[in-house]
Amino acid sequence: MQFETIIGLEVHAQLLTESKMFCRCSAGYASADPNTHVCPVCLGLPGALPVINHGAVQATIMTGLALTCSIPEYSKFDRKNYIYPDLMKGYQISQYDLPLCGGGVLPLVIDGKRKDIGITRVHLEEDTARLVHRTANGETYSLVDVNRSGVPLMEIVSEPDMRSPEEARAYLMALRQILRYIGVSTANMEEGAFRCDANVSQRTLDGSVIGPKVEIKNMNSFRSVERALAFEVERQRKALRDGEALVQETRGWVEDQGITVSQRTKEFAHDYRYFPEPDLPPLVLDRAEVDGIQSRMAELPTARRDRFIEQYGLNEREAELLTVEREVADFFEVTVDGDSDRAREASNWITGEIFALMRDSGLELEDVKISPEQIRELIELVGEDTINNRTAKEVLVAVHETGKSPREIVEERGLAQVSDEAQLLAVVRSVVDEHPDAVTDYQNGKKAAIGFLIGQVMRQMRGTANPGVARSLLEQTLAERVTS
Amino acid sequence: MSELINRSAVELRDLLDNGEISAVDVLDAHLARVEAVEASVNAFITITDDVARAQAQAADQRIKNGTAGPMTGIPVGLKDILCTTDAPTTAGSKLLEGYRSPYDATVVKMLREQDALFIGKANTDEFAMGSSTEHSAYQFTSNPWKLDHVPGGSSGGSAAAVSAQEVSVSLGSDTGGSIRQPAGFCGVVGLKPTYGRVSRFGLIAFASSLDQIGPFARSVEDAALLLGAISGKDPNDATSVDTAIPDYRATLGGDLTGVRVGVAEEYQIDGMDSRVEESVKQAIGELEKLGAEIVPISLPHTEHALATYYIIAPAEASANLARFDGVKYGMSLAQDNLLDTYLQTRGKGFGPEVKRRIMLGTYALSSGYYDAYYVQAQKVRTLIKRDFDEAFQNVDVIAAPTSPTVSFQRGARSADPMQMYLSDVFTIPANMAGIPGIAVPCGFADGLPVSLQFMGRAFDEATVLRVAHAYEQNTEWHTSNPPLDAQISTAS
Amino acid sequence: MSDKKLSLEEVDHVAMLARLGLEPDEREMMREQLSSILDHISLLQSVDTSAIPPTAQVITLQNQMRADDVHDSLSLDEVMKNAPDSEDGMFKVRAVLE
Repeated sequence: MQFETIIGLEVHAQLLTESKMFCRCSAGYASADPNTHVCPVCLGLPGALPVINHGAVQATIMTGLALTCSIPEYSKFDRKNYIYPDLMKGYQISQYDLPLCGGGVLPLVIDGKRKDIGITRVHLEEDTARLVHRTANGETYSLVDVNRSGVPLMEIVSEPDMRSPEEARAYLMALRQILRYIGVSTANMEEGAFRCDANVSQRTLDGSVIGPKVEIKNMNSFRSVERALAFEVERQRKALRDGEALVQETRGWVEDQGITVSQRTKEFAHDYRYFPEPDLPPLVLDRAEVDGIQSRMAELPTARRDRFIEQYGLNEREAELLTVEREVADFFEVTVDGDSDRAREASNWITGEIFALMRDSGLELEDVKISPEQIRELIELVGEDTINNRTAKEVLVAVHETGKSPREIVEERGLAQVSDEAQLLAVVRSVVDEHPDAVTDYQNGKKAAIGFLIGQVMRQMRGTANPGVARSLLEQTLAERVTS
Repeated sequence: MSELINRSAVELRDLLDNGEISAVDVLDAHLARVEAVEASVNAFITITDDVARAQAQAADQRIKNGTAGPMTGIPVGLKDILCTTDAPTTAGSKLLEGYRSPYDATVVKMLREQDALFIGKANTDEFAMGSSTEHSAYQFTSNPWKLDHVPGGSSGGSAAAVSAQEVSVSLGSDTGGSIRQPAGFCGVVGLKPTYGRVSRFGLIAFASSLDQIGPFARSVEDAALLLGAISGKDPNDATSVDTAIPDYRATLGGDLTGVRVGVAEEYQIDGMDSRVEESVKQAIGELEKLGAEIVPISLPHTEHALATYYIIAPAEASANLARFDGVKYGMSLAQDNLLDTYLQTRGKGFGPEVKRRIMLGTYALSSGYYDAYYVQAQKVRTLIKRDFDEAFQNVDVIAAPTSPTVSFQRGARSADPMQMYLSDVFTIPANMAGIPGIAVPCGFADGLPVSLQFMGRAFDEATVLRVAHAYEQNTEWHTSNPPLDAQISTAS
Repeated sequence: MSDKKLSLEEVDHVAMLARLGLEPDEREMMREQLSSILDHISLLQSVDTSAIPPTAQVITLQNQMRADDVHDSLSLDEVMKNAPDSEDGMFKVRAVLE
């Protein structure tokens, strides 16, 4: 039997608002002590009432716009009822039938081909409290930290349009990139700001067999999503081939064993008893507000990449590298500063030296102490022959380490390039005198030996020799030696 | 000074402002009254005399400084479903025994800022579910007119405390009649404002789309005074409305010339006490004498209001009461595992009426029944509201009985919940439509008060108060006090 | 559905959804009383509402939102002061993983 995999994803992304969804406690709880970002509303105290955070609504609409979702005029909140220790009110304020954003599309490029993944809806809700599980004296129990309760949470539901674990991963990466680009979420999966549940099923290409839908939870990284889905695809295919019963269920990914396990409990199916939240009047979205959000939205990664190719003459790979993160793309454009002639050099510097620096030091761009203006200055210094490329790389590191400007460093350290022939010739002659073996090699046809000699000139000049002038003087001197 | 308990709040206001009496005098008089009658009435779950003492001293200072507000130095009772920081808030439930709110309800805060005198937290049916205050987990409250009779409910403590002159005024909450019906049973004035007029923040929720806080008083003018002090948009309650607040006291007075009073045939039902029917008929005659034009109207969906209410209110309540799980606060009966802890805590912590309504609401929202019950009820709610919208095209207020009967003996209706629910048949429609309603005394039957209700357009409490005031001032019903002293001395 | 009496299984199912533990006699009583109340409220089915929109809220408010700014939270003491059981500044509950 030839199977096709059907995958749909539900992503929960915490919004980067200042305050929580329905109260004014700080939403930034990551480094806070337990239960210090808590008030009567997010603690679910008797008598407390929710009030909608406008910022969270705007961020959700912006996300919808980024995913080309329809933005309905009318939207409302509903109560989703279930009693659990992570849910302070015994219900979660969520959106049931009238979400803030309707259908949209997230375009992916897979193996060089465009594939559109449908977005079913984007809705807004509140996060739950965090549970800490402990065991002491043989007793297992849980502790409740309410800080996370009420943090704005956006749920983005995809259509079942993905056909492989790789596509699912690509979708998640693209979605995360967009959320980060428009600045609505850190989308950090390890920190729990970006969570994913997957629905996976199998069907035969001829449609004769359709397997049940299985929901996978507990995947905490992009890698674990891909691994869990790959495991599940194989599990389901094997069961279908072997004629085993496959049931519609929820399964949890067990990272260290690399398997999914059934999460069916003795308890009967959930019945969430959704009904309209009576404490919150509905939202009737003004077209002007939606347009305003659209106009404030950052340029999206694919559009920016295409523009970089068009406007700056970059190749696709460069454009791709420069637009993966919005911060990098912004850095690039400030460096270029409207002068397209500078784009090539700027791209080389950023994708080369800056990326290398980030890689080697493990820093994010914002932690690298080099400004776009300083890169621009470096490009100018090279362009006007004040320093050569090799020195420029040294200067770049010094800028990062000292915070001083490139010109200051060149001056302080006497790194300005020497093109003066008389001064260079003296060095060239002494190098030729000191390395007779290399000279012999060169004269015996091993022309590559000149590289070694240039290196020695550079070394004596602490890298400041103009490499072009040094080379021509060396060639001249070696030629003279032969004739003599 | 004991005669101060006979003064209305507006009279006390004048005496205080003129420096003839002090807030401490007012407090002493009322605490003495509490001392004398509370053991018989049991209006309060908690007496907060220490709080009131400090407030009285601050009030006198405030009056001296010329910064007194309308409620400064006035003795107030608070239904024990309003959260207060300096006294326990129980909602009449064992589940919340000893619960201390870290915040004040908005209405409490507003009164506290004026240094009103908080005499105590008044008894209520558990989570405001009931019509007799018999469902309180703490105590029975007596009707001051006949101590073996119920005060009505759920705000029975607030009504009885005002009727027994333990406080000048009090606050209750009204979801299906829980202010107006006990006001009627206890022979005082009770006003349910328009939904959205008064902040619900800090009112322990029963049914969020119906609940509204409102005043009890021994006169319409006192009710107007207190309403003015608690009205207004609250940034903490998204359903509170930012609209002009008239000077309610200033709108009182004058006759009823030109006022059109609607009388709906649907407010005469089978099983109604004929003495109530007669009193209300006479009251309407009185209104006509005062210049009002009596206009027969029809509110055809009235007969469905009760059923609609008993779907919507329990549905909302089933969610509102889900937070009482014994984890963050309240009673907890820990078992071996989480599920059993929930089942025990909630099964034992809630009383029978609350459990009944949680069950009913959960059922109405559950898969397979949602459309037939909940959605259908919401649609009928639309029809009920439309009835009123249409009626108010032609009339300014609607006059009706507050309840089909007068107060009944304790225990008389405990066996059959449906019988108890019928107490609210005339008050529920106003909650369904969100409109204001006031109960005023209009007679007696066997020594028990009969009550007349006026309902008005949304946010037009001013007209409702004005009509009720005109009626009150031209009748004697509100001037008699319950024969409490006689009953107490007979008993002892 | 007007003449149908609730079954004990339905009572149990609803009680479990609501996390209400009922004693045996309560189950029976609940069954009787709920059936009687449901019988009464089932009369609503007779109202023709085919063209009527539902009313969830009676007020005509919309877009009641607040600005995204931060205010003080409660102190840890205030958060925990009513807690039946706690440990390390957190609420303690029976094992969630059953």
